[in-house]
Amino acid sequence: MSARGAVGWLTTTDHKRIGILYCLTAFGFFLVGGALAGLIRAELASPGQQVVAIGTYNELFTIHGTVMIFLFLAPFGAGLINYLVPLQIGAPDMAFPRLNAASYWTYASGGLLVLLSSFATAGTGAAMGWYAYPPLSGPRFSPGVGVDLWIGGIALVAISSLLTGVNVLTTVFLMRAPGMTMWRLPVFTWNAVVTVVLGLLAFPPAVAAFALLFLDRRLGGSAFDPAGGGDPIVYQHLFWFLGHPEVYILILPFFGVITEVIPVFSRKPLFGYPGFVLATLAIGALSIGVWAHHMFTTGAVDNPFFSAMTFTIAVPTGVKFFNWIGTMWGGRIRWSAAPMMFAIAFLLNFLIGGVTGIMLAAPPLDYHLNDSYFLVSHFHYTMMGGGAFGVFAAIYFWFPKMTGRMLSERVGRLVAVGMFVGFNLTFWPQFVVGLRGMPRRVPDYPPGIGFDAPNLVSTLGVVVMSLAVLLFVWDWWRSLRRGPSASDDPWGGDSLEWTTSSPPPEHNFSTLPAIRSHRPAFDQRHPELVR
Amino acid sequence: MVWAEPAERRIPPILFGTVVFLASELLLFGGLFAAYFALRARAAAWPPPGVELDPVLPSIGTALLVASSATYQAGVVAGRGERLGGLRRWVAATFLLGAAFLVVQAIDAARLGFTVSSDAYGTMFYALTGAHALHVAAGLVLMLLVLLRAAQGAYRGGRVEGAHAVGLYWHFVDAVWIGLYATLWVLR
Repeated sequence: MSARGAVGWLTTTDHKRIGILYCLTAFGFFLVGGALAGLIRAELASPGQQVVAIGTYNELFTIHGTVMIFLFLAPFGAGLINYLVPLQIGAPDMAFPRLNAASYWTYASGGLLVLLSSFATAGTGAAMGWYAYPPLSGPRFSPGVGVDLWIGGIALVAISSLLTGVNVLTTVFLMRAPGMTMWRLPVFTWNAVVTVVLGLLAFPPAVAAFALLFLDRRLGGSAFDPAGGGDPIVYQHLFWFLGHPEVYILILPFFGVITEVIPVFSRKPLFGYPGFVLATLAIGALSIGVWAHHMFTTGAVDNPFFSAMTFTIAVPTGVKFFNWIGTMWGGRIRWSAAPMMFAIAFLLNFLIGGVTGIMLAAPPLDYHLNDSYFLVSHFHYTMMGGGAFGVFAAIYFWFPKMTGRMLSERVGRLVAVGMFVGFNLTFWPQFVVGLRGMPRRVPDYPPGIGFDAPNLVSTLGVVVMSLAVLLFVWDWWRSLRRGPSASDDPWGGDSLEWTTSSPPPEHNFSTLPAIRSHRPAFDQRHPELVR
Repeated sequence: MVWAEPAERRIPPILFGTVVFLASELLLFGGLFAAYFALRARAAAWPPPGVELDPVLPSIGTALLVASSATYQAGVVAGRGERLGGLRRWVAATFLLGAAFLVVQAIDAARLGFTVSSDAYGTMFYALTGAHALHVAAGLVLMLLVLLRAAQGAYRGGRVEGAHAVGLYWHFVDAVWIGLYATLWVLR
């Protein structure tokens, strides 16, 4: 029995509702972060300072980065994990439903603090960049309360991630339905497992770093202040020990998403399921040994070691590309379905992001490209071209399951094309200005040195993307109330969530099909193929 | 819903979840220890000249904490044997030992000649001992909750998983302290 209406949503412990709350909140943060990006691009459209003051510009890119990484992409992944994992393993809910609600509210409070750290601090907001390096984030150069609120907000997000990790692992290891062995787990759930393990490993040392930073800022400590025997490089180590696994925390759920989407829309089983799972585990393991590639230019780390580790992590990622292409090979692909269009766009964008990552993993190139727009473009090709396109693939794929209604296919195609064109218009020119030497985090540049045209094109790309996103929001709002009803299994899905109603009942399943492979829903539709 | 195994043979979710939680907590202290040793490695003199560390009180504190792990476990064993009075008395004894540890620590800290703001050593010393003291305090709150739930009639029939989970946490806090004691007072 759950309460109705708004009170029901605010007090819910149902994993499906909490998952949807996560996704909606995270998407709200995506719109906020996108608006901040719009202001950044408006300022950079042409040389000279037109739109915002320098201090405001610093706050804009700080909060844009923080919001997109900690409050949009990772929590959207957490929302999908919440919604899908119990359904995919045939469980009635998470292992600890009330802890799950606590995770969500901790995240939402942390997000609010991060927003306050900039918007409610009148000129003393957090303006030190999303990785908050001391001494810039220290008491001397950031005396205002903005950084303190930022630290508090991120600490709450870290606690939320810890609670979610405990919950998801306990759920997957102890609550699987009969027959659902680990080697039959849906690929999204496998990616969820590795994602939360990385969160459990990587967040606590960063919380230690933030706590020390707070001691330095407010109690006169000198952990990161060389004048008192401290060392800012220690902060960088602790931060990137989180920061690098964090990018896999961001992307793995969406590797999972497109690995659910591609087989369904290629009408084939996933090619090389065991290899895919092992590659996911390998990415998880390697990702905690590459953090210092963010620190090549400090001269304080072993560049050849971290460079080699970073090259190595491309191998399991390449294996995944092999899985995806092998799945599509010879399939009867439904090219025009919106989830598949976003998944294919993900592959194209992420390939460019991955290849430029290999370039940056070479210290000689990194010395030249570090902190240039080339780097900015590289991680946007992975985080946005990959992650955010994965978000849209997930929305188009599971919206019918979550709401019982279909989004418009026609509008979906338009959104996918608009996003893809707008994204590449925005970020391809940034590779060009980066190679020409334009540094990141500057609000202005001189005219006539090859920066003007690429920057203008980049800003126009944001206009195209914004229109596509607005079109999506309009379609979402319309379909939620007037979209055609969705069947239980509108796509011909593989995993258990497609065997229950759309939306599923509160206890998820009234009956479970026999689970004899990692495609129980397919087996149920085609009993003649089950041996 | 039918499960693969009968309920009594499965690991209780709360114990599984607690172990995962503690594994993650270990990395919080791991981060602090890593920072401590990184700063120690680059310092000319560590601890800095003038820092006097008297191991007597911290050694008493160590003895109190180690004893408290034993008393808590005795409480869990009593609870499993359905001796709820024993569970309550042992947990109360553990609470007193933990509280005594905090008092001893506070007296020791008051006698030290340095603070958080003295230098990087002071910052790391108080970050490590402070983070640990907060964990001890949280453990004391959890024990009060165990006592409250016991008074409400929980843990009947030997079903003491909740109290056992608090025990795992308490042993963890104890183990971290032994690492801290070895680092700050033995190894220095």
